[in-house]
Amino acid sequence: MNIHEYQAKQVFAKYGVPTPRGIIANTPDQAVANAGELGGNIWVVKAQIHAGGRGLGGGVKLAKSKEEVRELATEILGMTLVTHQTGPEGKLVQKVYIEEGADIKDELYLSVVLDRAMEMPIIMASTEGGMDIETVAEKTPEKIIKIAIDPAFGFQGFHGRELVFGLGITDKAEQKKMIQFASKLYKLYMENDAEMIEINPLVKTGAGDFIALDGKMAFDDSALGRHPDIEDMRDISEEDPDEREASQYGLSYIALDGEIGCMVNGAGLAMGTMDTINYMGGTPANFLDVGGTANAETVAKGFEIILKNPNVKAIFVNIFGGIVRCDRIANGILEATKLVDVNVPVIVRLDGTNAAEAAVILENANIDNVIAATDLGDGAAKAVAAAKGE
Amino acid sequence: MSILVNKDTKVIVQGFTGGEGTFHAEQCMAYGTDIVGGVTPGKGGQTHLGKPVFNTVKEAIATTGATVSMVFVPPAFVADAVMEAAAAGIELAVIITEGAPVRDMQAAKAAATKNGMMTIGPNCPGIITADECKIGIMPGSIFKKGNVGLISKSGTLTYEGANQVVNEGFGITTAVGIGGDPIIGLSYKQLLQMFQDDPETEAIVMIGEIGGDLEIQAATYIKENITKPVVAFIAGQSAPPGKRMGHAGAIISGSAGTAKEKMDALSAVGVEVVVSPAEIGKAVKKVLS
Repeated sequence: MNIHEYQAKQVFAKYGVPTPRGIIANTPDQAVANAGELGGNIWVVKAQIHAGGRGLGGGVKLAKSKEEVRELATEILGMTLVTHQTGPEGKLVQKVYIEEGADIKDELYLSVVLDRAMEMPIIMASTEGGMDIETVAEKTPEKIIKIAIDPAFGFQGFHGRELVFGLGITDKAEQKKMIQFASKLYKLYMENDAEMIEINPLVKTGAGDFIALDGKMAFDDSALGRHPDIEDMRDISEEDPDEREASQYGLSYIALDGEIGCMVNGAGLAMGTMDTINYMGGTPANFLDVGGTANAETVAKGFEIILKNPNVKAIFVNIFGGIVRCDRIANGILEATKLVDVNVPVIVRLDGTNAAEAAVILENANIDNVIAATDLGDGAAKAVAAAKGE
Repeated sequence: MSILVNKDTKVIVQGFTGGEGTFHAEQCMAYGTDIVGGVTPGKGGQTHLGKPVFNTVKEAIATTGATVSMVFVPPAFVADAVMEAAAAGIELAVIITEGAPVRDMQAAKAAATKNGMMTIGPNCPGIITADECKIGIMPGSIFKKGNVGLISKSGTLTYEGANQVVNEGFGITTAVGIGGDPIIGLSYKQLLQMFQDDPETEAIVMIGEIGGDLEIQAATYIKENITKPVVAFIAGQSAPPGKRMGHAGAIISGSAGTAKEKMDALSAVGVEVVVSPAEIGKAVKKVLS
């Protein structure tokens, strides 16, 4: 689960990780009032969406008067922000964060993520703050410091020393501040089951303080149950409504831009089905894993969600029954054709547990636009042909 | 021969009396697995499915001599159960449960490693040695005995792959579902070596997916250590970056973890890489003839 920058900064503040002061606003009036409350004569108006690259997309702007705060908040609120992480359709901005201006001397990069190969969290840092870290990794990998921390022993002095010497911080007082910053961030990461914390940029101010100018956090979905305070930060307007609806029925759905709707059991086979469709010259319209406990209701729901997409020209149901019994899926398909107007060809491949019973069920039902397939390759080929109107 | 488990393997079930544990323990017993008992704290002394229930893994081992545990406890209790198994002296824990927090698995795996216990999973279909021992949730009937070893991150692709191998006239020695989470137990490298050392296994199928770099590590390992033919499929060639494709670990981060980079790495070391899972069976036939 992702949270907004302003929420990440609330979590930072709880752990004593320094951030600029700021207040969230839903309207231009609130934005101006917030600027007044913060005081000073320079503010940053920041679009709050779950995607990086907001600055480049025009969603982060500097205001030098309250009138300008109003103008910028009016401009940014309600805009559809397109960044390299939102996709071409962009994301609607519904909140702006008004933050006091910072005296920026240096921009650094700091993150905590799980290193899957080492099987422990690592702190990643770089002097190249403000740049996309992927670009830094590609062009100047030597400028990224990685420090693995074994959770059994926690953040030690040597981790801190590696960090500050690696970043070229020589002033004793600054070294101490940076080490504290990183150690608090690590504590926050562990205690909240974070998946990723990224601060880009982390700035050094003229006074030699380190503050998180930006903040991005994602959490382990499997651990949200023990962090109700984090789960409360969920912003459902940032989630795809179809993906969300699907998840309520135990379906895992992701929309894609092709023509063949897919309904598959198991994430791996679902991806493999998409790959096979591509390989045969078609394009998948979605990823959909019906999970291990599919029944008539969930299958009907799956059809409904797939058919909401007007690009869908055919549907490929590909089930290898292990825990999911094929006769149940066959009944689900029949049920679905009663509940939902399935107006495109449906290619059905059912294999594994109770496949023979399923074949009989489908054959007896004798539905016009249901086409049986013998195996994965056959099904994909038939789906591609059907989508092309052949 | 086979790897890791066979008809003599004594298995206990952690989470024995729960719904999932009961259903699948019964299925495993029907397949022929020697399930010698189970653990459900507070229900020690009872009998379930005709087998003794224990309060602790330690007692279960002392009474039954079990060496393998199949773990079905709910996600929040997985780490505790795995650590208990490790401390008690279990040799291999097969963790079926889906949805265990990553931080828990990190700690559980560290504890397992320290105690010399191997783990498979979590979030996996388990392990099966054809006609001898099934520890997991796969449909046993697909896995006909033969000479092909199978390693897969995905459950249903394990079934798909095994089914195709069988349809081409071959069969399976042992199939292992290693799971699709960010932190998993036994991985390609160790299992490839076990299949290399198993005299009955003549070819190996490895099924991977986007995310992480285990398949890349496997490619390096194959180059230096594996002489048996390997067939590979990597799921997610058509997956968009930054999206989690069902499995917690199946996500392309930036430019890393793509199917293409994994396929290229495997092809470069002589692995027969197929672009569609529908080609797995044919590829096995090709490398074995």
